[in-house]
Amino acid sequence: MRHSNNVPLPDIPALIFPALLDTLIMVGIVMAIVVIVGVPLGALVHNLAPQGQFPRPRLHTVLSWIVSVGRSLPFLILMAAIVPFTRFITGTNIGIPAAVVPMSIAGIAFFTRIVENSLRSVPPDLARVATASGASPLQVIRTAQLAEAVPSIIGGLTINTIAMIEYSAIAGSIGAGGIGYVAVTYGYQRFDNGVMLATIIVLVVLVACVQKLGDALVRLTTPYARRQHRVAQPA
Amino acid sequence: MIRLEQLTKNFGDTTVLDRLDFSVDSGEIFAVVGPSGAGKSTLAQCATLLEPPTSGSVIVNGDNLSHLNAAQLRVARRKIGTIFQHDGLFSRRTAAQNVALPLEYLGVTPLESKRRVAELLDRVGLSGKARSYPHELSGGQRQRVGIARALALRPSVLISDEATSGLDPEATASVVSLIKELRDDLDLAIIFITHEMDTVRSIADSVARLDRGRIVESGSLVKLLHDPDSELGRSLQPRRAHAAATASAITWFVSYRSALVPADWVSQLGAALGSSVSLLGASIEVLHESTVGHATISVETSEDERVRLALDSLGLDARREDPVRLSVTS
Repeated sequence: MRHSNNVPLPDIPALIFPALLDTLIMVGIVMAIVVIVGVPLGALVHNLAPQGQFPRPRLHTVLSWIVSVGRSLPFLILMAAIVPFTRFITGTNIGIPAAVVPMSIAGIAFFTRIVENSLRSVPPDLARVATASGASPLQVIRTAQLAEAVPSIIGGLTINTIAMIEYSAIAGSIGAGGIGYVAVTYGYQRFDNGVMLATIIVLVVLVACVQKLGDALVRLTTPYARRQHRVAQPA
Repeated sequence: MIRLEQLTKNFGDTTVLDRLDFSVDSGEIFAVVGPSGAGKSTLAQCATLLEPPTSGSVIVNGDNLSHLNAAQLRVARRKIGTIFQHDGLFSRRTAAQNVALPLEYLGVTPLESKRRVAELLDRVGLSGKARSYPHELSGGQRQRVGIARALALRPSVLISDEATSGLDPEATASVVSLIKELRDDLDLAIIFITHEMDTVRSIADSVARLDRGRIVESGSLVKLLHDPDSELGRSLQPRRAHAAATASAITWFVSYRSALVPADWVSQLGAALGSSVSLLGASIEVLHESTVGHATISVETSEDERVRLALDSLGLDARREDPVRLSVTS
């Protein structure tokens, strides 16, 4: 009886690929928002610290605390807790638009820390060099902090994107659509092992591709690694 | 020229710089030496206006730069080029892009910037390395890129904060000769902060010693070296180990008091005393066309006053060594 409910093997791609597309759209929109908000926010938090361009220790503590709270809630709880806010923004609490709001909030909190951490690893001497060379505080942040941290930020962006794919699956479980929704409704609730296996394969391949792409971009943006790569290839 | 007037910097209750007063003329290289913790790097930060002084003034070409707002400060800094320890190059920019930074901040057009960068790289002898990244350059080359960058906005003052520290001797020599050349060609006033006495002797026109935030001694390099009582002069040209004298001889430490010491003073001294003179050790060199240095000699006579007078008439300061210290040997 249960067996007859299973999706036939040839029909699995027709089920999986639109769901995959939904996931990609969801993660794509979220990551765009995360980068647009997270980069300035991370730079701001970094520069409000005592060693930053405009030190405001108290504001730094408050902002840092807010980011930490966003980071410390498990995603499922965050998603449930902000339903009224999500409904206020999007007018709905199901589907892709509703998933984008909690995912963006979790993603921004995550990425702000990543950006802040990346900026901290840039030698602070460079900011002094830029200031001595006549840079305004914004020019210092752009050239002596963010530009130097690009490879590290891309590395963090890769981790963040993979985390968002994971979150999209969690969001899928409460009806956001995408690959997670398919996995939960077919694989978990109907014990359809074929669909379950297919979603697992698709997710593993997707994450591997994102990681590969991220690593390639990190290499491409690091002059030192770029040269190593060039030298290593003929050998 | 750059002048510091009563420059004071406190961090909390600690006074790091205590009423510093000195001025450096165009075409002059002024070295600041001192032990670590003396306030050298704070001096560099205050003179480059990266750190606002607590009180006192920094005056460049007659303009007082100490009480400006952030935007005015940015304009004022263009008159001051800074060379940093560890070169401070941006790792993701090529040599040319690093040199272009100050021009980029200023908003110079790309075309004009490109021309100026080529000119600057040529000036520091790195035309062929324009497209190299910092990790592809040697320490000396990186520092020369840093110098080109410091000169991008045609400053009249150059401040070098330990620019040769950590470089190997050859790279240090190339950076030193480049800085001297630039001083001559561009008539720069240069403050050269370092802890390396050898570098000071090869680069400085005048020297100041900073200790616990105060300038405890300063003067022209040659004058300090010719002054036998100058502690700074002594530390600029330290004594090295010398050979031991024979048991009957007396050891003297002599130093050049002026540039007029005859080159054959050892034989003249032997002739005047009628006894043999042994050279046990010496450091003698020519700086700014003046001979400076000191020597350790021994003479086979115990008529101390005669020895002292003979040396004095040759233009040498003479000090009899404590016999106990004869055991310091080669």
